[in-house]
Amino acid sequence: MNTLLVIGATSAIAHAVSRRHAARGARLVLLARDAARLEANADDLRVRGAAEVHCIAFDALATEDHEAALAQAWAAVGAGGFDAALVAWGSLPDQAACEASAAQALQAFDLNARSVLALLTLLAQRFERQGRGVIGILSSPAGDRGRASNYVYGAAKAAVTTLASGLRHRLASKGVRVVTLLPGFVDTPMTAGFAKGPLWATPEQVALDIDRALASANGRVYTPWFWRWIMLVVRALPERIFVRTRL
Amino acid sequence: MIRRVESWGRLSREPHDWRPLTDRQQAAVAIAGGRGLVFGNGRSYGDVGLNPGGTLWSARGLDRFIAFDRQRGVVECEAGVTLRELIAVTLPQGWFVGVTPGTQDVTVGGAIANDVHGKNHHRGGSFGEHVESLELCRTDGQVIECGPGQREPWFRATVGGLGLTGLITRARLRLRRVTGPWIESEVLGFGSVAEFVQLSDASLADWEYTVAWIDCLASRGQTLRGVLFRGNHVEDARPLPPRRDWRWPFTPPLSLVNGASLRAFNALYLWRQRAAAGQRSRQPYVPFFYPLDGVADWNRIYGPRGFYQYQCVLPPPDHEAATAELLELIARSGSGSFLGVIKTFGSRVPAGLLSFPLPGITVALDFPNHGEATLRLFDRLNAIVQRAGGRLYPAKDACMPRELFEQGYPRLADFRAFRDPGLSSQLSRRLLGD
Repeated sequence: MNTLLVIGATSAIAHAVSRRHAARGARLVLLARDAARLEANADDLRVRGAAEVHCIAFDALATEDHEAALAQAWAAVGAGGFDAALVAWGSLPDQAACEASAAQALQAFDLNARSVLALLTLLAQRFERQGRGVIGILSSPAGDRGRASNYVYGAAKAAVTTLASGLRHRLASKGVRVVTLLPGFVDTPMTAGFAKGPLWATPEQVALDIDRALASANGRVYTPWFWRWIMLVVRALPERIFVRTRL
Repeated sequence: MIRRVESWGRLSREPHDWRPLTDRQQAAVAIAGGRGLVFGNGRSYGDVGLNPGGTLWSARGLDRFIAFDRQRGVVECEAGVTLRELIAVTLPQGWFVGVTPGTQDVTVGGAIANDVHGKNHHRGGSFGEHVESLELCRTDGQVIECGPGQREPWFRATVGGLGLTGLITRARLRLRRVTGPWIESEVLGFGSVAEFVQLSDASLADWEYTVAWIDCLASRGQTLRGVLFRGNHVEDARPLPPRRDWRWPFTPPLSLVNGASLRAFNALYLWRQRAAAGQRSRQPYVPFFYPLDGVADWNRIYGPRGFYQYQCVLPPPDHEAATAELLELIARSGSGSFLGVIKTFGSRVPAGLLSFPLPGITVALDFPNHGEATLRLFDRLNAIVQRAGGRLYPAKDACMPRELFEQGYPRLADFRAFRDPGLSSQLSRRLLGD
């Protein structure tokens, strides 16, 4: 039986991944800020077949409390620890607001990058001690190249992607896999304001890819798959040309 | 966000102000003070779920289970959970929905609001009979918990209430015990309406589910070509074989459903079924209950103009004659669908004020949208329904005259008192005036 730690468990993608594990009878420990929504998600996972679900209050920005939350999580599952952890919180900031206000930009960066650095530092220590398992980290193709439409979010995700790749390097010899998860456009409450087109995926499609990646991948995983090729092109464009595009 | 929304019949694709609901604790606040309509999973054929130019609150994101009592077979879930998701969770534990429509992609909220029926009306009634309680959020901020024996008038208005009494956020459903995912079924041919009724009635004692398909084009006078399927849940715990589902990939420029393709399909399909006549077989529950779910987006085959589904119920004493008359008219028109579906309803009193079922025969057929010609045919069909004292099914409807609706649903006046003044649909504006 599989034991999964989900941090930022009320995100639509994280919940879709949790559902797949629940259906297979997994034990789940869920961390998130909104206690009422977290409990609603936990009930859902119990009915869908989870063997156990524990909820722990977690505020990503309160980095001084991260260690206590992780200690609670490990206490909930006992000596065996976790087979997998999914780091899944984040928030798409209003780019225009970030351009207008340094405070807004910093707030977005804190939530999407700085808090992830804090948590990953502690999580890596625990997985290193365990000497096994996989850490899945939700980043974004937006971090592959800064673009006018969302470079604050992009810069934060670039930091997360780099952190993840460094962790992967460090933990490779310790029996711990680290997977960087790069979902493209996903139809979730975070993107409710966007018009949807053919490139958009559902949280369920993305969750299937993440589920597979957690099972066996070790590296960067774009989901759906075609984002790998789109971003290859986006990254390869010379700046001279890139600055004239509207991406 | 502005989004173009179509119903299952794809007759229109109008912009709506699309507002997804994802959190049941926030849903009451999200709709409070607003004007709009609640949308489930878009499986209604006509305009009961559409509100062109206005707001649509999408309830599909309210898709969490709340509790499941595996001993009593009672499941509580949010209203955006589909029957597919529900069955996937409960069937492995030996529980199945008490009533299921012909697709498992409807939401629980939509199944209640349209009080859907299935192939077991004589035994199971319609969907509302299996609801123990539900939570209704009104646009004035009221939250009403109701069910049989609990603020019951609200419950009776909401079951079959076409989404006009409020947003259903969650419901508690009573399930039925089953012994596995398999159905034992039998196929029998028949050659007239009278023969169909006889076969159907004779099946009631030993068979829970009955449904018949008819080839409308091959019907002449009193002669009919049809096959009746009857089935029971059967004790068989073997796992289901893996299933390959298909998706219809594109919308053809013209309807692929026309006289020639219809004749060919019906001849082939019914010939194959008749060849199996009288034989018993075991099949997984999915092809038995949901034969069309195997091809996702099958509604595209009718082309860019979409299609109508016409479903009526014809009560005794003239139900047999009226059914024959209806089928003959359709046969002569040459524009019916692949298959007509025909069932009998029992005499159970439905849970809702506007529930569709009546004792008698119900007939359902798809028609490619040929504009005026199709509407003229419906006028003639409506006349038969009206004379027989029958009614049409609002969940399928896009064009019935208001007069026929008012005649068919005598409890409409009682219903009006329970309407949420913030909610209206294209159908309600057409049939209820606002």
